Amino acid sequence: MGAGVEGKDLDVLDSQERVRFEQLVLPHLDAAFNLARWILRGRNDAEDVAQEAMLRAFRFFRGFHGGDVRAWLLQIVRNSCYTWLEKNRPMELSTEFDEELYPQPGATPESLAIAGDNRERLTRALEALPPRSREVLVLRELEGCSYKEIAAITSMPIGTVMSALARARQRLERALTQPTPARSLEANREL
Amino acid sequence: MSCELTQSVLHGYIDGELDAARAADFERHLIACPQCTSALEAQETLRASIQQTGLYERAPAGFRRKLEEQYRAPAQVAPQVTPLPVLSRLRSSNWQWLAVAAGFFLVAVLSWRLIPGLTGNHSQTELASAIVDAHLRSLQPGHLVDVISTDQHTVKPWFDGKVDFAPPVRDLAGDGFPLQGGRLDVVKGHQVAVLVYGRRKHVINVFIWPTAQPDLKPQSGSQLGYNWVHWSKGGMEMCAVSDVNSPDLDVLRNLLSE
Repeated sequence: MGAGVEGKDLDVLDSQERVRFEQLVLPHLDAAFNLARWILRGRNDAEDVAQEAMLRAFRFFRGFHGGDVRAWLLQIVRNSCYTWLEKNRPMELSTEFDEELYPQPGATPESLAIAGDNRERLTRALEALPPRSREVLVLRELEGCSYKEIAAITSMPIGTVMSALARARQRLERALTQPTPARSLEANREL
Repeated sequence: MSCELTQSVLHGYIDGELDAARAADFERHLIACPQCTSALEAQETLRASIQQTGLYERAPAGFRRKLEEQYRAPAQVAPQVTPLPVLSRLRSSNWQWLAVAAGFFLVAVLSWRLIPGLTGNHSQTELASAIVDAHLRSLQPGHLVDVISTDQHTVKPWFDGKVDFAPPVRDLAGDGFPLQGGRLDVVKGHQVAVLVYGRRKHVINVFIWPTAQPDLKPQSGSQLGYNWVHWSKGGMEMCAVSDVNSPDLDVLRNLLSE
């Protein structure tokens, strides 16, 4: 935080910044929580990590010079989530991209419609995905982010967002229409 | 058998991220490619499921309040030694409450108001305008309360260590004045405790600071359309200000003086 009483100019700036923070950043509080909830797969952890991320955002707010405030905030939330995962559940990150994706015959719209109609099953399928697939889906489908925003939030080159989404959707399709593998049972321990 | 566009461009198309020319190309391709056609339909179904099953999870109740409590907490304790000017009827400027915890942001927003070297008499009107100003500032977004609580047992301890006196904190919801919270404020260079009460849809700020003087009979007035009443009792000087009518303020004054 820094400035003491002698830094009056800084302090005055801070009060204005605080009002700006409340006007610009706090409206995206649900977005912050939702992203944390899906990356961490649990509401309790999400609450703690999202709180911490919002406080970090508050401290970094001086460094935010306009632009897409939601993307800026979600980037901080995402980083906080991964830092937390590295510390608390490193296994989840290490098993990331080792599974081979093969072109599959493709689920039929009918089977997907039936499988996806159930909130619980959909939640389970999403949670069974590797975090990096899950996050792009959450950002795109729940948060409605553009490719440009997803690239900014995830530090991914914009040219790879499309293929990351393609891969994530294919994984989700498979998780929904194939028998539940052991991995997703393990993934559900928090529910 | 498999079409490579199914794994790539199809997704840019679904997401509306292809430029017009590439989108048109892909649409032409769709006519000839049953695999992409079927995959497109499947993906659209999947998207509809995701969006319609209520997977979006909002922050729990209290999340925002908890956050605000954390970032509004004074960042550090800074001794503030201000030569204290005289308020109202006081002739000398020897107030005893010198060391106060200065809320980081409060000092910030209010420091321009500190008028150095004020000595001598100050009229009741000057005090009133300072307090009406503080009341107006408090009504700006995010300024009303530092501690949001309707519970006097939360608000009272919150002041501990922030001011060197114990403001009388009581919830008067039963009398139609629900406690909304408290904050630190600065009036004429003095740190004061403020209790915030509600009255129907109105906000009442009660500014409180200690005094060594004998009890002061209530004096009231209005300024810029805001009513105020100023009194002291038992070593605490108080000034209530609000846009509620003055009989209501008097009711509150009586309750607080009990």
